Amino acid sequence: MNHGSSLDKLLATDPADVGCDRTFELLDVYVEVELAGQDPRSRFPGLAAHLRSCEACQADYQGLLAAAGGLDE
Amino acid sequence: MGRTLDAESRSWLQGLRAVGSEREATLARLHGLLLRVARHEAHRRSGSLQLRGPELDDLASQAADDALLAIAAKVDGFRGQSRFTTWAYKFVMFEVSTKLARHFWRTTTVPLDQQDWDRLPDLLGVQPHQHAEWHELLAALRRAVAEDLTDRQRKVFVAVALNNVPMDAVALELGSNRNAIYKMLFDARRKLRASLAANGHLPYAASRRP
Repeated sequence: MNHGSSLDKLLATDPADVGCDRTFELLDVYVEVELAGQDPRSRFPGLAAHLRSCEACQADYQGLLAAAGGLDE
Repeated sequence: MGRTLDAESRSWLQGLRAVGSEREATLARLHGLLLRVARHEAHRRSGSLQLRGPELDDLASQAADDALLAIAAKVDGFRGQSRFTTWAYKFVMFEVSTKLARHFWRTTTVPLDQQDWDRLPDLLGVQPHQHAEWHELLAALRRAVAEDLTDRQRKVFVAVALNNVPMDAVALELGSNRNAIYKMLFDARRKLRASLAANGHLPYAASRRP
């Protein structure tokens, strides 16, 4: 019986996930590493794990990436 | 992880730590940047919320105002690990999220814990011809939600995972915060996965990472 990836996703948790508070603390650094052309996922794996499963922090990340990438010019 | 502070960030800090007209001018200049970012962000996220025009501008303006207050209060917490403006924009993201959560409840009437289990097959992408195959598993999931979660975990799981209520809106409704709600959701998911695995419904999944 193949229950597919959808239920997996619904119940997914990653032990490396650092949570929302820690993500907020480091999000500016994470974004600037990315804007510098480096890979923030290897430097902050726990934060990357969190962004994969938290839609709210993912939205903040996308917004901050856009803002830091050009709106302050 | 420290780095040398760039000249622009140093200038922002100097202006914010000044007194009188220099500080006022710095705050005004910063507010202008925050407002620009808040407008962009509010517009970017407004799609699913039927939010536009003056209401959207008002939300962005409140977000920029509150972000400025937070930044002024927390400026000594800036450790120079990024540019000052990138650090400051985080507070705009936070405030836009909070304001959108308030807006969500002004336009939504769905009770937080309404359990519409008939929607679950669609949510999981189950095709009509697979419903019989999934019936037992979904019944087990429903049982685990009812029996294995605390009241608060159940409320959060049903709202976020089943009813698609934004986490910030759940946090607002429960008088909590995003981090605490996420932790509850995390624990609920772990419990449910363990329960389904223990009952032979997800034999492969107990220790699987996403």
